[in-house]
Amino acid sequence: MELFTLAFMQRAVLAAVFTGLAAPAVGTYLVQRRLSLMGDGIGHVAVSGVALGLLTGTSPTWTAVVVAVLGAVAIEVIRERGHANGDVALALLFYGGLAGGVLLTGLAGQSASRLQEYLFGSITTISRTDVWVTIVLAAVVVLVCVGLAPQLFAVAQDPEFARVAGLNVRVYNVLVAVLAAVSVTVAMRTVGLLLVSALMVVPVATAQQVTRSFRTTLGAAMAIGTAASLGGLVISAFASFHARVAPGPTIVLLALAGFMVTWPLGVFLRSRQRMRAPFPAVQPEQHEVTDEHPHEHGPTCGHVAVPHGDHVDYVHDGHRHAPHGTHYDEH
Amino acid sequence: MTTPHTDPVHLRDGAVSIGGRPVLRGIDLTVHAGEFLALMGANGSGKSTLVRAFTGLHPLTTGHLELFGTPLHDFDAWQRVGYVPQRASAASGVPASVWEVVASGRLTRRSLLRPLSRADRAAIDEALAVVGLGDRARDGVSHLSGGQQQRVLIARALAGEPDLFFLDEPTAGVDLASQQALAEALGHLKARGATVVLVAHELGPMAPLVDRAVVMRDGRIVYDGPPLDDHAVPRAGLEPDLGAHAHHPDPAHHDHTPHIGSPLEGGQA
Repeated sequence: MELFTLAFMQRAVLAAVFTGLAAPAVGTYLVQRRLSLMGDGIGHVAVSGVALGLLTGTSPTWTAVVVAVLGAVAIEVIRERGHANGDVALALLFYGGLAGGVLLTGLAGQSASRLQEYLFGSITTISRTDVWVTIVLAAVVVLVCVGLAPQLFAVAQDPEFARVAGLNVRVYNVLVAVLAAVSVTVAMRTVGLLLVSALMVVPVATAQQVTRSFRTTLGAAMAIGTAASLGGLVISAFASFHARVAPGPTIVLLALAGFMVTWPLGVFLRSRQRMRAPFPAVQPEQHEVTDEHPHEHGPTCGHVAVPHGDHVDYVHDGHRHAPHGTHYDEH
Repeated sequence: MTTPHTDPVHLRDGAVSIGGRPVLRGIDLTVHAGEFLALMGANGSGKSTLVRAFTGLHPLTTGHLELFGTPLHDFDAWQRVGYVPQRASAASGVPASVWEVVASGRLTRRSLLRPLSRADRAAIDEALAVVGLGDRARDGVSHLSGGQQQRVLIARALAGEPDLFFLDEPTAGVDLASQQALAEALGHLKARGATVVLVAHELGPMAPLVDRAVVMRDGRIVYDGPPLDDHAVPRAGLEPDLGAHAHHPDPAHHDHTPHIGSPLEGGQA
């Protein structure tokens, strides 16, 4: 436990908690628009921003924020103007950003390992100022995502309806893009630019296995993101007494493990929901009585009971048995 | 007839082009307060485009449009307008409950960062009750049938308590039971004195509600008068009578198709 008395570890814990909260908050809106890979696109663009910082000798965090925001707005503009699916716009920026970043790093005379700190994260070397920047930016992202939830939800759910409802859809779209860019740079030091999208998307995918409403999905994703981020950091810290375990990939793998555990539960819940959906309230054409019936249907008989109009049908080997007096009808 | 200055919809000599191609030409249409207007016609006749022009989603190339006597450009009383877009589903990439989708229709009357008031909650509950989904409020919207999802979209428009409704083919691909529920909900609106513009292929159970029919063909209005029965529409539209069953939704819907060849071009596909 004395690990947590070390200053660098305390800074790492703070950064992990705030990143874990902010990334899934924006991620929920990205997944809702079916733009799960947007975080990846912005992450690739931000590589160029980091390299620009290394080249010019300014703070890579701030150049990354600026370039990521510009890239995110560019993605939105291409999406809107081109009337195209976001994936083409994303693809264009993916490659440009990554190639530009590697090229600029070389020009700056920096080694690949310096860039790697940003590509795959290095949460334990985070400085005091960087922690404060992370906390403030993450807090802003979370406040906007939660405070404007009704508006952001409506715009992502149905942009045309939102426009007729008088919302300025373009402003909200750019706002989400900027929030995504900010959380990419916030998560840059925690899980790295190439893995940041995982922290935005995997907690949301995990949460929606078991949730039915948007609000619980948003809340659960933020909780899962924080747990994965903190848990991954702690696991990697203790494991590093024995082997070299990087925190970034540990956090992402822990989040994925969470998804793998929840997924079968989601499959089960969805199939049960489908099985129990009521049959249309249509009366059968004719009165057809089942053959001799070996047992009595009831709440404990084990057969799925499905509402059908004013009664219940029991699903029995591909048949629907409806109780009728002393016998069962085929429905 | 009310004065032309307060009619819910007043369009003079309207035209709409999409991607440089003229789609609607020479449209003169005034919808009077309290009227239930059915906008009919074959696929591609421009009836959905006309409704989208009324709501500002498609800009007019020429012509003059007023909503409640205010030019569209200056119109900001969007809480008076309820829009039910043509959708196959009310679901999106993340689960959402029926209540949440309907509540988003209340945003026209809520200011930023203000929590839901008691009046907001009452309006949402009433909207759900009108479409007969009061008991499904907490269910995920993707778990509902197609017809029930259409009713959710109508409830969403109802939640803002507007007095002018645009409904874009709410009955496309909806089973008869849900069509009846839709017709009941629309009858409720009509009884409240709302103005309704309904885009429909066939009216089915909604036929008794219609006061006035407008038939479109190839981007122009070819009939404007008392309601027609479903089989008279093709004749009014000067179309060969394809029967009542040639009602497939337009497959050439471009919203979600990636245009790889031209990602940077302006305009809308």
